[in-house]
Amino acid sequence: MFDALTDRLTSVFDGLTGRGALSEKDVSAAMREIRVALLEADVALPVVKDFIAKVKKEAVGEAVIKSITPGQMIIKIVHDALVEMLGGEDSDPSLRIDSPPSVIMMAGLQGSGKTTTTGKLAKRLKEKDRKKVLLASLDTRRPAAMDQLAVLAGQVGVESLPIIKGQLATDIAKRALQAAKLQGFDVVILDTAGRTTLDEQMMAEAEEVAKIANPSETLLVADALTGQDAVETAKRFNERLPLTGLVLTRMDGDGRGGAALSMRAVTGLPIKFLGVGEKLDGLDVFAAKRVAGRILGR
Amino acid sequence: FVKRKLDDETLEELEDILIMSDLGAKAASRITSNLAKDRFDKEVTDQEIKIALAKEVEDILKPRERHVDFADGPKPRIVLFVGVNGSGKTTTIGKIASKLKDQGAKALLVAGDTFRAAAIEQLQVWGERAGIPVMAKAPGADAAGLVYEAVEKAKAEDLDLVLVDTAGRLQNRAELMDELSKILRVTRKLDPEAPHDVILVLDATVGQNALSQVEAFRHTAGVSGLVMTKLDGTAKGGVLVAIAHAHDLPIHFVGVGESADDLQPFSAETFSRALVGLDG
Ligand SMILES: Nc1nc2c(ncn2[C@@H]2O[C@H](COP(=O)(O)OP(=O)(O)OP(=O)(O)O)[C@@H](O)[C@H]2O)c(=O)[nH]1
Ligand SMILES: Nc1nc2c(ncn2[C@@H]2O[C@H](COP(=O)(O)OP(=O)(O)OP(=O)(O)O)[C@@H](O)[C@H]2O)c(=O)[nH]1
Ligand SMILES: [K+]
Ligand SMILES: [Mg+2]
Ligand SMILES: [Mg+2]
Repeated sequence: MFDALTDRLTSVFDGLTGRGALSEKDVSAAMREIRVALLEADVALPVVKDFIAKVKKEAVGEAVIKSITPGQMIIKIVHDALVEMLGGEDSDPSLRIDSPPSVIMMAGLQGSGKTTTTGKLAKRLKEKDRKKVLLASLDTRRPAAMDQLAVLAGQVGVESLPIIKGQLATDIAKRALQAAKLQGFDVVILDTAGRTTLDEQMMAEAEEVAKIANPSETLLVADALTGQDAVETAKRFNERLPLTGLVLTRMDGDGRGGAALSMRAVTGLPIKFLGVGEKLDGLDVFAAKRVAGRILGR
Repeated sequence: FVKRKLDDETLEELEDILIMSDLGAKAASRITSNLAKDRFDKEVTDQEIKIALAKEVEDILKPRERHVDFADGPKPRIVLFVGVNGSGKTTTIGKIASKLKDQGAKALLVAGDTFRAAAIEQLQVWGERAGIPVMAKAPGADAAGLVYEAVEKAKAEDLDLVLVDTAGRLQNRAELMDELSKILRVTRKLDPEAPHDVILVLDATVGQNALSQVEAFRHTAGVSGLVMTKLDGTAKGGVLVAIAHAHDLPIHFVGVGESADDLQPFSAETFSRALVGLDG
C-alpha cells in the first residue's frame, strides 16, 4: 500500500522503529520525503507546502511519539489528511437538476475531456436518473466538435440540438434553453469549446454563456494528468465562472492524480466524477480514498 | 536594480519557480545547485538570476533543438503521430499540413483514428483547409489496414509524404499499445524503413506523467521526435527538461494555439526564457 511514500519513508525510519520517540529532526526528514512524494504525484507546490505544515503539526503530537512504528503512523496521518482535504469519505455525486429544464455547463482547457464527459453524464442521467436529456454543443471553434457531440448523443440515445452553422455560442445557448423548455427536457447539458485561461475573449464568452444559461451545475473538466498548472487553471476558471464541481478525466491512466488535490484545495469545490476511459460507461463517482491512495502511489 | 545575495533562501525560491513549471523536484534541484556553483554568496539582481537560470535550462535543452522538414528526405516519407488522448495530434497534423501546401509538397493525410467520435471529420476539415487529400475508412475500421493501403497508395502515386493520425491512447493500456505495434508492423511490410518518423505529441499541461509517456511510446513505437502543444496557456511544460535529461530525443515543434499558424520550431532559448518568467 502507498508504495511510493512507503519506500521513501522506510529509508528515513530504518533503524528508528522501536526507539519509541521521534525527534524534531526525524519528523523534518520525514516531511522532506513526503514533500518529494507529493511533488512526484504532481500535487502543486503551494498545496504541498500547506499540506506539509498541517501534517507536521499532527506528526509531532503524542500519537507518533508513542507509536512503535512511527513510519506507519506518519503514513496513516498523511493518508487521513489527504482524504479529508479531498472532501472526506462520504462523497456526493448528486447533481442539482431538480428544476426542469436544469442546465449543466461544461468548461475547461482544450482536450480535457469535456465532450466525452458530456456524453457520459447524459448516459448516467438517462439510465440511472431516468431524465430526458438534451445535449448542445457551443463549440464553434474546434473542427467537427459539433459532430462529435452529435455522434455521442446518438450512441447514448439522447437528443442533441440541431446544428446551425455560423451561430455564436451565446445564441446556441439561448436556442438550447428554448428547445429544452418547449420540448419538456429535464436536463440540458451545454458542452463548450476548450479555452486557455489567458484567452480573454474566450473566457468572456464562457462568462456570457453562464449568465444567459444560469446553470444549476457548472463543472470544470480537467485532465487527471495535469501538472503544476492545476492551481492556475482551477483558480482562473473559478474566478470567471460559477463553478459547482470538478470532474477529473483519464484516471484510467497511470498518472498519480495530484491535480485532484491541487484543484480541490484552491477552489474548495467538490470533485464529482472521475473519467476512467474513452467509452461512455467510463464514468465513476468520486471517492476520496481511492484518489488519496493513488496520490500516495498505491 | 536591487541586488541581493544568492543565498540558500534565494536558491530555494528559484527551485520553487522551476518546480512550479513542472521540472520535477530532481531536475529543479540539479539546476539550482549548478547555478549556485560559481555564484553562491555573490550579489545579484533578480533579472540577472533569472537570466542565469534560463541559461542553465537552455543548456540542457539546446542539444534537443532539431528542426525538421517532413517534405524532405525519403520518398514517400511516412510520419506517424502518436500520444495520449487529447494531446493535440490531429491539430498538429493539420498545422503541419497547412505549411506543406506552400512548399508544394505532394502529401496525404491518413485518418488513422477510427475510434473517437468525429475524429475522421476533424482531420477532414484540416485537410480541406490545407488543400491536402485525406484518406479515411468508416468509423470502427481497422487502423492498421488503412495505414497499409495509404502507404501503398503513396508509393503508387509517388507522393512526397504521408502524415498518419492515430487514436489517442494512454500508455498503460496494453491492448491499445498493442494496436499501435500492429500499425507499425503492417507499415514495415511495405517499407522496412517506415515509419520514418514517429512523433510523440505531448500536452504542456501534463506534469510528471509525460516522462512515463515518453518511455512507453518509445518502447512500443520507437518515437523519433517530440512536439509539445498548448504552450499558449498558463502551463510551462517544464517536464521537457526532465525528458531531455533522460532521453536523447529531438524536440521538433511547439504548439501555441489552435490555428494553422500556431506551430513553431522548438527554440531552447525561447522556451527557457518563458519558463523562468522572462519575456512577459
Ligand atoms: N482514457 C481516457 N480518455 C478520455 C477520458 N475522457 C476523455 N478521453 C479522451 O480524451 C480525448 C479528448 O476528449 P474530448 O471529450 O474531445 O475533450 P474536450 O475537452 O471536449 O476537447 P476540446 O473540445 O477540443 O477542448 C478523446 O480522445 C477522448 O476519448 C477518460 O476518462 N479516459
Ligand atoms: N491552445 C491550444 N490548443 C491546442 C493546441 N494544440 C491542440 N489544441 C487543442 O486541443 C484540443 C485537442 O486537440 P486534438 O488535435 O484533437 O488532440 P488529439 O491528440 O488528436 O486528441 P484525440 O485524437 O482525441 O486523442 C483541440 O481543442 C485543439 O484545438 C495548442 O497548441 N494550443
Ligand atoms: K507541464
Ligand atoms: Mg469538446
Ligand atoms: Mg485526434
